[in-house]
Amino acid sequence: MKQRLNQCSEWFLERFPLSDLWNEHMAHYYAPKNFNIWYFFGSLALFVLVNQFITGILLTMNYKPDAKLAFDSVEYIMRDVQWGWLVRYMHSTGASAFFIVVYLHMFRGLLYGSFKQPRELIWIFGMLIFVCLMAEAFMGYLLPWGQMSYWGAQVIISLFSAIPVIGDELSLWVRGDYVVSDATLNRFFAFHVIAVPLVLLILVFLHIVALHEVGSNNPDGIEIKENTNWQGRPLDGIPFHPYYTVKDIVGVGVFMFFFAVVIFYMPEMGGFFLEHANFIPADPLKTPEHIAPVWYFTPFYAILRAVPDKFAGVIAMGGAIVVLFILPWLDRSPVKSIRYRGGMFKKALLLFVISFIGLGYLGTQPATPVATNIARIFTAVYFGFFLLMPLYTRWEKTKQLPERLTEQRTLEDRIPDAIALFDEVTIAEQSTNAAGATVTQRRPNPAGIKAVLFRFVKNLKESLD
Amino acid sequence: MKTIITTLLLLLSLSAHASGGDVKLESADIDLSDTASLERGAKHYVTYCLGCHAAKHIRYKRIALDLHLDESEILKNVAPQGAGIYDQMHSAMNGHDAEKWFGTTPPDLSLIARSRGADWLYSYLKGFYADKSKPTGVNNLVFKDVAMPNVFWQQQGTQTAVIKNIDGHDVVAELKLEQPGQMSPKEFDHMVNDLVNFLVYVGEPVQLERQAMGKYVLFFLLMIIALAYLLKKEYWKDVH
Repeated sequence: MKQRLNQCSEWFLERFPLSDLWNEHMAHYYAPKNFNIWYFFGSLALFVLVNQFITGILLTMNYKPDAKLAFDSVEYIMRDVQWGWLVRYMHSTGASAFFIVVYLHMFRGLLYGSFKQPRELIWIFGMLIFVCLMAEAFMGYLLPWGQMSYWGAQVIISLFSAIPVIGDELSLWVRGDYVVSDATLNRFFAFHVIAVPLVLLILVFLHIVALHEVGSNNPDGIEIKENTNWQGRPLDGIPFHPYYTVKDIVGVGVFMFFFAVVIFYMPEMGGFFLEHANFIPADPLKTPEHIAPVWYFTPFYAILRAVPDKFAGVIAMGGAIVVLFILPWLDRSPVKSIRYRGGMFKKALLLFVISFIGLGYLGTQPATPVATNIARIFTAVYFGFFLLMPLYTRWEKTKQLPERLTEQRTLEDRIPDAIALFDEVTIAEQSTNAAGATVTQRRPNPAGIKAVLFRFVKNLKESLD
Repeated sequence: MKTIITTLLLLLSLSAHASGGDVKLESADIDLSDTASLERGAKHYVTYCLGCHAAKHIRYKRIALDLHLDESEILKNVAPQGAGIYDQMHSAMNGHDAEKWFGTTPPDLSLIARSRGADWLYSYLKGFYADKSKPTGVNNLVFKDVAMPNVFWQQQGTQTAVIKNIDGHDVVAELKLEQPGQMSPKEFDHMVNDLVNFLVYVGEPVQLERQAMGKYVLFFLLMIIALAYLLKKEYWKDVH
């Protein structure tokens, strides 16, 4: 029997390079040994992608892409299909989780210069994935056929009509009707379940192939391939499998914990993951008083609204994404990682993060004159971060790069610090309870909190210089 | 740079404040484990609401299961005459007539608690007051110029609005019970609360089950995390 099995596997391996593939991408793929918490989000994105595929396939088994039936079929899934509610919440929460994970993954790239030479192509594939993901999310959001699905799609598709000359014809062509209708729902369904996922899968494949060709970047932003042993293996590298497979399993576990908290206790996430107005069936005759896209589009939506002219707004919104594509060529700094960059870049990055989050918040709010003016400032900062980058990264004074990867304190090392911090911000008080036993209660310590905050601000200021 | 950030934060807090406002809502006391309240709410729904508002996404069978009631009990005590146990909560009124009588079709209320929220429903149902200028004779504090009449006029009695002039606008300051109804205000609050409780349940019948399940899932995941962490530590002990 054993011999038979061996023969079978030999027969297979003679015809397919399975062991080569495994070695090249897992067992003999050397990754830097100093990945920190930011490096979990790549594997998590893959994990969420698989979650979306599996739950998505299960949902299509009971969903009906028909303007008359769509809304009811979603409620049918939520109520009458066995475990349908769980599958649906996993899919809807997964969509938001995908964007959280991908935004953090992209921010990691900004922090450690993972987009810089020689990884420009990885960044571009990644950006294409991001654009695909936005298309996927936008089209998927129409499918429940609620008020927000309908009017959100109506607003976004009408943006095409802002394009001069061909605009109206183009938006008509996209919708397949004069308003968002059954025809739109059907084509969005086709794109959401077949076309875009296929493209997404291919792009993820290319993203990983390109990554494995040049090797992963790391928090120090130096190339581990420059220090190799006599076998040509990087001295600071460890095989992806088993080291990072076991490490990523921990990351997946922690992610699933938070994911489950949302699914089981707050699936609507206060109206951010599932908007309240989307529990009303789509009504083409009744415009909701306040149309807001889901949170992951709001930074771009705020940019769109910040520009007074509609067409210019569309250009600005598109530009906000296009500018990310050319990021590798905007950054002129000789170092990759934020650890060795000068204060200019750190300050610029901080301003960028504030403006991005600020835009995201403003995108969820009604466009009052004050809000629009703030959004304009944030939009200027957003574009300033990218467009002024060739200047400020060239002038900044960088720090000396190390020869080899540096040792940093890990999360485990910091546990005693966390306990000390907790001791500092609270006061322990002993008292006797009704039963006569002595109990220790902790209450906040204002002086300690003040000291900690002061230290934090001081550290932040120092780290920005 | 510091000043820029503080100015921005200040502006942000201002804008957040400016967008608030509206009518203050009373808070409903929602307890989905109180099956007696849910059953009373279901009964009230069938008596006072179902005439116009369907709740087509829920079946009597599901209510019986979730409220631990016998099928015969629910058909006798809750469901309207002639309804079967597998029926959805359909309304007897057809849309065409409704359009003619009220100018609009009464919406299906299966998901109303998820779109409006419990507190809104509670305040809305208690917020009708006499207004002679309206065809129904009533207006609503929370939903101005609503087409729906006050179905609880017998139980609640008649409320009138105390109108104050603030900044040149007539604003309803509070509602005053002018003519008491069959129920005391406290009894009436209980009744409305039961009804809202039922609507919250109907919005997502699985919510109690999902929350009960959640703690086991989280416990299981914590075990997985602990196991995975120990495995990682074991593998990584020789990495320096």
